[in-house]
Amino acid sequence: MTAVITVPASLDEQSFEQVLEQVAPLPADAKLLVDARHTRFATPYGLTGLLCLAQSRAEKADFAPPADDEVKSYWSRSSFFRYAEELYTMRGTVPKGRVHQDSDTVLEVTPIAKSEDVHTVVERVKDRATHILTNKLKLETRATMGFTVSLSEACQNIVEHAGRGGWVGVQVYNWAKRRVGRQVVVIAVADAGQGFRQSLSTTRVRALAGDRWGDGEALEAAVTNGYSRHTEPGRGQGIRGIKGYVHRHDGRLSIRSGTSRVTIVPPWDDSPAREDGLPAFVGAQLQIIIPERAEGS
Amino acid sequence: MTPNIDVRSALQEGSQQPYSDLVTRRTGQLVRTVIEHRIADLADGSVAVLDFSHIGLLDRSCADEILSKLMLPLTADHPSKDGYLLLRGIADHHLEIIEAVLEVHELALVVQLPNAEVRLVGAVTEKERRCWETVMRHGAALADAVADEVGLACEACQEMLERLARRRLLRREADRFVPLGAVA
Repeated sequence: MTAVITVPASLDEQSFEQVLEQVAPLPADAKLLVDARHTRFATPYGLTGLLCLAQSRAEKADFAPPADDEVKSYWSRSSFFRYAEELYTMRGTVPKGRVHQDSDTVLEVTPIAKSEDVHTVVERVKDRATHILTNKLKLETRATMGFTVSLSEACQNIVEHAGRGGWVGVQVYNWAKRRVGRQVVVIAVADAGQGFRQSLSTTRVRALAGDRWGDGEALEAAVTNGYSRHTEPGRGQGIRGIKGYVHRHDGRLSIRSGTSRVTIVPPWDDSPAREDGLPAFVGAQLQIIIPERAEGS
Repeated sequence: MTPNIDVRSALQEGSQQPYSDLVTRRTGQLVRTVIEHRIADLADGSVAVLDFSHIGLLDRSCADEILSKLMLPLTADHPSKDGYLLLRGIADHHLEIIEAVLEVHELALVVQLPNAEVRLVGAVTEKERRCWETVMRHGAALADAVADEVGLACEACQEMLERLARRRLLRREADRFVPLGAVA
């Protein structure tokens, strides 16, 4: 029997939880149909999350693409179907062939598995990011370099810690949500790997935590306190650098792993700094949001 | 002897790719290995100049893998060799990353900016910086002269200059302390 997983009409970091709530109770080998027919909008977090969902299944899942041609075309321009077609059994047709890049797409959904992939991402993004971020987000050129460096560090988390390939996507939006009321650029990096808890399972911080060790504690250890599974000094600098960049640019950083999420919360957002008890999901999902520079800042 | 190492050529040699960006820890390991190979045979007391002029982006993981792992053995209680590093062609966006990495390890480095300004970056106290800048101004100086200028007791100044030399930020020539590279 096939379980139908309904993808919300608007798929972003928050609403992706609705997908996971449906999937979490099911065994890994249960047959799924991921039904996105009524989905009208998806962020890079949503698209990369759907690819991770497919990777996490023991039984290849079916996928029903959006019914709306415009939405389907956008997902195609984002390169989602290019990879989804390998990971899912498609129920329905999707646009084929080369399509022009969307003007607000800084980076289409791109696989990350090794160091060379990070170089490819940086090479593809740096000129385009400078153009889009200076024009649309009014960031200084130097800030756009910091953006690409943060993207590089975020992607490296997959290479260094996930134990399995993942995905990255970057998009600019006019984001009315949460009263930001300005353009934002969103980086999503997701993998279906071992997650933070497992990655830190042999560290001192895990030993000290004893029975209190869980996904939330692992995320706090890595994100807040800079712990890494590698014990040599100087590790954990990637996330530290991302946090510094996000803080300087009034941005938001969230990392979800297992059943928890930690968020570096900017003044314009009201997310909790830590959430536990979320539906279980493999790997780690990171999102960075950098808003348009406010007038006079 | 002051050998100049073009970091971009080290990057391309190490990665076997036409990269110009120093990103990822793996890339840092490859570049460091090339640099270590190039400086291995230098005479004691040599200053190797790492030229970043043709480097695009630099991320923290890569910078950490290159700079901290080159500097830590040189500044240990029993240094791996008597050698010095000076960075050249450092852009503003590199500087921010390099400072952050050095501070994590309580290291410092001498860098020459594109406008030829020579600067001490990383973990240094205000007094250390003043002593270092005084030596840079003089080109070479005895501890007494530096102490007079910065208003420190002679012994304290001597100790501070020796510490700067142990940290590979100045060179010691008999009783005098001298800069690593170009004089500001």
